[in-house]
Amino acid sequence: MSLDINKIRADFPVLNQKIYGKDYVYLDNGATTQKPQQVIDAISNFYKHSNSNIHRGVHFLSEKATEAYEGVRKKVQEFIHAQHEHEIIFTKGTTDSINLLAFSFGEKYVQEGDEIIISAMEHHSNIVPWQMLCERKNASLKIIPFDKNGELELDKLDALLTKNTKLLAVTHISNSLGTINPIKEIIRKAHQANVPVLIDGAQSIQHGKIDVQDLDCDFFAFSGHKIYAETGIGVLYAKEKYLKEMPPYQGGGDMVDRVTFEKTTYLEAPFKFEAGTPNYVGVISMGAAIDYLHSIGIDEIIAYEAEILKYATEQLSAIEDVIIYGNAKKKSAVISFLIKDIHHYDTGMILDKMGIAVRTGTHCTQPVMDVLGITGTVRASFTFYNTKDDVDKLVEGVLRVKKMFA
Amino acid sequence: MNLKEVQDQIVEEFEVFEEWLDKYEYLIELGNSLEPIDMKFRTNDYLINGCQSKVWINAELEGDKIIFYADSDAIITKGIVALLIRVLSNRKPDEIMNADLFFIDKIGLTQNLSPTRSNGLLAMVKQMKMYGMAYHSKLNN
Repeated sequence: MSLDINKIRADFPVLNQKIYGKDYVYLDNGATTQKPQQVIDAISNFYKHSNSNIHRGVHFLSEKATEAYEGVRKKVQEFIHAQHEHEIIFTKGTTDSINLLAFSFGEKYVQEGDEIIISAMEHHSNIVPWQMLCERKNASLKIIPFDKNGELELDKLDALLTKNTKLLAVTHISNSLGTINPIKEIIRKAHQANVPVLIDGAQSIQHGKIDVQDLDCDFFAFSGHKIYAETGIGVLYAKEKYLKEMPPYQGGGDMVDRVTFEKTTYLEAPFKFEAGTPNYVGVISMGAAIDYLHSIGIDEIIAYEAEILKYATEQLSAIEDVIIYGNAKKKSAVISFLIKDIHHYDTGMILDKMGIAVRTGTHCTQPVMDVLGITGTVRASFTFYNTKDDVDKLVEGVLRVKKMFA
Repeated sequence: MNLKEVQDQIVEEFEVFEEWLDKYEYLIELGNSLEPIDMKFRTNDYLINGCQSKVWINAELEGDKIIFYADSDAIITKGIVALLIRVLSNRKPDEIMNADLFFIDKIGLTQNLSPTRSNGLLAMVKQMKMYGMAYHSKLNN
């Protein structure tokens, strides 16, 4: 492990506090990541020295703010290796990105009788917007199932791709099972059938290198708060050709070319899709977060997290009565588990009182729990500031829970 | 014991615990000792919505008092509902409707009271008060 963990942990003020008098062990990174001082400072400094609405004023600070905002667009373009800067649309988050797409794509391309494909392991945010679209258009939703290890059954995909399929929307990494899906293969298959693909990158953006051109995905959605930036900011990447054709999602200021009461014309993408004053401070924070990630090194993060996952899986598996859900060959640093006969809520409550933050419940993937035949799991999700010591504390916590509920 | 006295007693019981874990150990004990509800009440009709764990509550009128029965699939939740039963069961409907449940705050369970909290303590309290209200109007009609 080449990361200087002590130095990294010192960057995150939240981690350096006591909860219930105990050292804080934060293992809920799948829900949101903590913020390094560098990001907090960027936000604070922006408000102190640069705040001004973007794309509006001719005055000094407005231009400075606009420059900073557009500078982050460039940074995000490089971060996910998009071909063009204008293919990066700032949104409120992954959910907002998917809703934008479901509306704008749906308006342009989806008609009665059409089909949208998703998988059985999607987060509710990659299910519900498509259901709503299907209801609006009288279209239908088709589901790629997953097997007992939590791997998508891709042999069933070919049969799902029909002449009526308009889009395939699939998660890169399952937030409840940790499965890393073979999205490149999925995209290839979909493209063979002339079906564009949205990748829900909410969970993958913090764990690996994203290259949208190499993947050849048509759309990619993610949130800032899952890569150490603020909440309320996200990205929808879309290939240029779609951005040209899709109608805007919301109307308002900053997205128009000319407004009269008879007719309004819109600006080109990305502005066409960014109505109103955007969360420009959120954007600034995302820029700072990307800088921070680069300062640590994406490859180093990937290697470190793989080691933590391996260690945590070994340690938890060794405990009698611990059942891990999601045993895909390729997994991200997420472990969903239950202790036999103990409710996930009970486990989570006791771990909390030991200063260990995990998530319990369905993780916004109720259909996944239905397939598994359970009401929920305990989920520990790790990132690069977690240590083997955190894993040891989790193990100690699980043993304590077992004892308390025996 | 009146409403205040029984709550004072609970507060006193919890005061001996210095550690959070000990409080929860006690809740687990209470949960384990709560009489399981009749299976026929473990249905959606008696399920409280908004809880991460499942909670079923039933109330029956005996004379002019309400008797509560409850169960949960999580033990800690069961412990919490056991406390509510201890405070609210076997009381008159209007007393339940208007109960000031100060013990929740005093024993440190307030953090579980916000509307979206996963154990649905608020939803349980609301449901029990609804039963109070329903039987109150029934008795007064």
